[in-house]
Amino acid sequence: MAARKTGVYVCEGCGIGECVSSAALLETAAGEPGVAVTRTSRAFCLEDSARIREDIESEGLEAVVIAACSPRVNRQVFDLRPAMVRRVNLREHVAWSQAPRDEATQELADDLLRMGIAAAQHTTPPVARIEDCERRVLVVGAGPAGLSAALSAAEGGYAVTLVEREAQAGGFLRRLHRGWAPHASLEPVDVDGLVARVLDHPSVTLRTGTTVGGVEGQPGRFVATLEGPDGAETVEVGSVVMATGFEPVAAASFAAYGLGENPDVISSVEMEDLCRAGELLRPSDGRPARRVAILACDGPADTANLPYTGNVTSMTALKQAMYVRERDPEAEVYLVYEDMQTPGRDELYYRRVQEDHGVFLVRGQVRAVEPAGMNGDAHLRVTAQNTVLAGDVTLEADLVVVQQGMVPTSALPAGSGALSLRYLQGGAMPTGRAGFADSNFLCFPYETRRTGIYSAGCVHRAQDIGQSRRDGAAAALKAIQVVEKAASGQAVHPRVGELGYPQFLMSRCTACGRCTQECPFGALELDAQRHPVINTNRCRRCGICMGACPVQVISFPDYSVEQISAMQKVISLPEDDEERLRVLVFACENDAYPALDMAGINRLRLPVELRVVPVRCLGSVNAVVVADAVQRGFDGVALLGCRSGPDYQCHFIQGSELLGRRMDNVRETLGRLALEEERVQVLETSIADARRLPGVLGGFVEQIRGLGANPMKGF
Amino acid sequence: MSSVAKVEAGPDVSGSGHDAVLVVGGGIAGITAALEAAEAGMSVHLVERAPQLGGRVAQLARYFPKLCPPTCGLEINYQRLRDNRAVRLLTTTEVESISGGPGAYAVRLRVEPRFVTDRCTMCNACAEVCPVDRPNAFDYGMSTTRTAYLPHEAAYPARYAIDASTCLFDECAKCVDACAYGAIDLHMQPEIVELRVGAVIIATGWRPYDARAITNLAFGHSPNVITNVMMERMAAESGPTGGRIVRPSDGAPVRSVAFIQCAGSRDRLHLRYCSSICCLASLKEASLVLDRNPDAQVHVFYIDLRTPGTYEAFAAGVLGHPQVHAVKGKVADILEDPGTGELVVVADDMVGAGMSRTRVDLVVLATGMAPSLGDAPTAGVDLDEDGFVVEGTDAEGILVAGCARAPVDVATATVDATAAAMRAIALVRRSAAGGSGGVPRRKEA
Repeated sequence: MAARKTGVYVCEGCGIGECVSSAALLETAAGEPGVAVTRTSRAFCLEDSARIREDIESEGLEAVVIAACSPRVNRQVFDLRPAMVRRVNLREHVAWSQAPRDEATQELADDLLRMGIAAAQHTTPPVARIEDCERRVLVVGAGPAGLSAALSAAEGGYAVTLVEREAQAGGFLRRLHRGWAPHASLEPVDVDGLVARVLDHPSVTLRTGTTVGGVEGQPGRFVATLEGPDGAETVEVGSVVMATGFEPVAAASFAAYGLGENPDVISSVEMEDLCRAGELLRPSDGRPARRVAILACDGPADTANLPYTGNVTSMTALKQAMYVRERDPEAEVYLVYEDMQTPGRDELYYRRVQEDHGVFLVRGQVRAVEPAGMNGDAHLRVTAQNTVLAGDVTLEADLVVVQQGMVPTSALPAGSGALSLRYLQGGAMPTGRAGFADSNFLCFPYETRRTGIYSAGCVHRAQDIGQSRRDGAAAALKAIQVVEKAASGQAVHPRVGELGYPQFLMSRCTACGRCTQECPFGALELDAQRHPVINTNRCRRCGICMGACPVQVISFPDYSVEQISAMQKVISLPEDDEERLRVLVFACENDAYPALDMAGINRLRLPVELRVVPVRCLGSVNAVVVADAVQRGFDGVALLGCRSGPDYQCHFIQGSELLGRRMDNVRETLGRLALEEERVQVLETSIADARRLPGVLGGFVEQIRGLGANPMKGF
Repeated sequence: MSSVAKVEAGPDVSGSGHDAVLVVGGGIAGITAALEAAEAGMSVHLVERAPQLGGRVAQLARYFPKLCPPTCGLEINYQRLRDNRAVRLLTTTEVESISGGPGAYAVRLRVEPRFVTDRCTMCNACAEVCPVDRPNAFDYGMSTTRTAYLPHEAAYPARYAIDASTCLFDECAKCVDACAYGAIDLHMQPEIVELRVGAVIIATGWRPYDARAITNLAFGHSPNVITNVMMERMAAESGPTGGRIVRPSDGAPVRSVAFIQCAGSRDRLHLRYCSSICCLASLKEASLVLDRNPDAQVHVFYIDLRTPGTYEAFAAGVLGHPQVHAVKGKVADILEDPGTGELVVVADDMVGAGMSRTRVDLVVLATGMAPSLGDAPTAGVDLDEDGFVVEGTDAEGILVAGCARAPVDVATATVDATAAAMRAIALVRRSAAGGSGGVPRRKEA
């Protein structure tokens, strides 16, 4: 490969010029392959950025290496396309965190510069894969979230196919008697009005009595099979909103409270039905219910309900107390609860009910619901353990209502899964906590593991009508966004706009399938030869497949095993000096690398032995590059990545966890070379660790020093 | 007169016509709304009052329930902003007025001088020569910075600012000479910017309720009574103590802490609503206390613990810790032992036996969220009786996201913001298509 014509620009600003010799760095650069132009400036981010542009044009530079500040800043100034840009961090990682005018510091800067030039030589400009895209949005489920999603996408200018399993749109709204309204009041649910507003939109097509038999493809080119009353049809869509809602906890679960046994014990859903029908009459004898016990069935001791009941259960209990009191001023309500979950302004409903003299709030755990009273005056006796006063309370009621929690459809047994994805990784939407189709991130609630499919409403979180509608609108935004990004060949969150995608040197692929298993987003399918096929619009460009491949046939144009190996190979490994250790560091670009930058911003001293290679995710580090490094003679390798496990912080879900598993291979190499395991360590690092890192990394270097230099140097 | 503040996520908003969206407030809701709209193809103006983005979340040590640092998500968002030319960011900017209606708003902005231009390289030379300290509002006054300062280590934009309230200006001007890049302009003047936009999203967030107003809880009287937001800064590695949890009076490690819930919330005299996040925030802070001071005892005084949905598992984990003691009861008084600086929390224990007295090193008041606009309304934005923004009927008109709408957690604020972005796009496109703002086009009969 002919060397790529490259310009090297060493900035002297922000203390770099005082810390290292820029003249010596230019000399280093001039000796590297392909380097045609070298320059210094007191600040390349200001007027002198124009000089780089001029050089690109006049000299026909293909690549530019800017040795200045962190790649985290000045990104638009140094966006010099069509030239490829590689940033070398001489500011945060050298000038601001190393001893000035020191031989070891100069060696560090020299290495970093050569690493940058090597990386630039092993980068090709990424080219987007652009294919025709369908922009239609499929919304599955026509409850409040689905209706909101459909209307939002339509008003945003997109065609929508709205699919509803039942004969009518409206979802659970059709079963509600009243909804919550401002000022702690209740209002009728205008479900017909809401549905009409959606269906009146010329861009919305509704298919009722229809389920989704399968979804295959990728953003911009999904094919969904709809199974309706007139048979199956396929529809091409750009993206999918999954708004399949919830099922109430099964009545059988509340058998201990008499639900299903005693006709006057009813569920919260049946309470809505009763009140919607008209007068509140006891199912057993048709007499008006004057004393109603509402059991929230909440709190940790209640095992009938879900462990997470959320605020909807509390709010429904309060609402149903209001139903009773509004229709009969003489009626009495006993509300037995353990946790009144009315956060925020839901509090105002709680207060309104507290102030109602006809509602008796009993904080406690229900122990028994039993029939009581004589024939002709049958009623129920509820015994609750009062957890405030630590005694039993007995209540007599005509009607008992138990509050059912909401089970997301994504947590229902297989087969009832609403989308039936035809993905190699399985048909179900990956779920997070408690079976919700949620991404497990606070900051990015639509960071789905199935790109282009966004959940909304009660399949996403347990939430009320208003919040479900907001969730639906939000999911619609993500649905139209992914279509636009797919149409221009760009990645979506978190590497938004990234063009390059993984390419496979298929002649060397062993069809082991590991990449297809490890991809957190299920982007890879298998062809007839069991070779991987990339769905570029599902791909989020994390590089985990590249890290997974045991024969290293997966690469991005601008990020590859070859590139990282090339960077590693240009680092000087002094053979004659036991003191001059070299530690290779792979640092997650989103967390560990900024933490190192912030160490510099705080002018904390980092060990001068470190040579940092930023990586997209620790999961993109192939075991072979680590093994090569120790074989070549690096004294140690530190892998800085995010927390794994249930509270994982990896934005690619399991990158650091997967790397951890690959470490077995690395340990095998170390064993074969008779090197100590401690030379290669995964160090969990968060972005808040700027102050901790100097100590942690210093300790690592000292540990290596204790082991002595790597004897493999020079072999 | 200097030009309007420019940042690296530079303005590239075509024509400033009614096809753009204005997002007011650069906290987590505003950043999210701006980015989501921009990544779906809109031009966006994002305005923020402070010199940096991030709002209240940037000041938090950790998020519940994962105990992850907010900077992690903000970093991703800042990279999205850095790479996105469709978002025009204006910091040190407030909205003076909004007029017009859905699809066609006229907005008047006031840009306060930052005194540092976009030539700033973040080199720190100005701060090195600056002779005057200022109280650091980012640390709620628990630390100081120089008057020429970087808002914080992860600040976006990564640019210094000069505090007009403490700067000596021409009397000193040392920073002007020290700056090798000519980035300091002490004569910068306020500017008025007028915009036309199709939709407005209010994401102005919240401020901590003033704890001094709750007279029985000793805030302002004893240095060892702090608020929950101050606790976040103390627990943050970037905060005034480097993440050590200590007594403000003498810097000694804290052996016992009392969290007082509903300090101002659910109280007719203060905030009548529940502030929604304080129970979880205190339980999170309790975890941080135990992480930093493993032998500490933690007492949580509460009325109800509001930990809805899947947060229940997180709450149960913290409450199950043997050194965490939850007491259901209202705190009547906080007394200071003048000899030791210790505090005695007097509470009406509703489950145990009457009044309890608990001796602790530190009291943390779980002060609630007051909407930022509540005492500083913007012309053209309707507020309800609690100071939250009233959203137009069926979300048409002025849109609202995050704690400007209601007291919410981050997970809800980001959903809200994404929804507001969708509604803004719908509003702009509907108006552009000639439909009136409020009524969708009907199908042909």
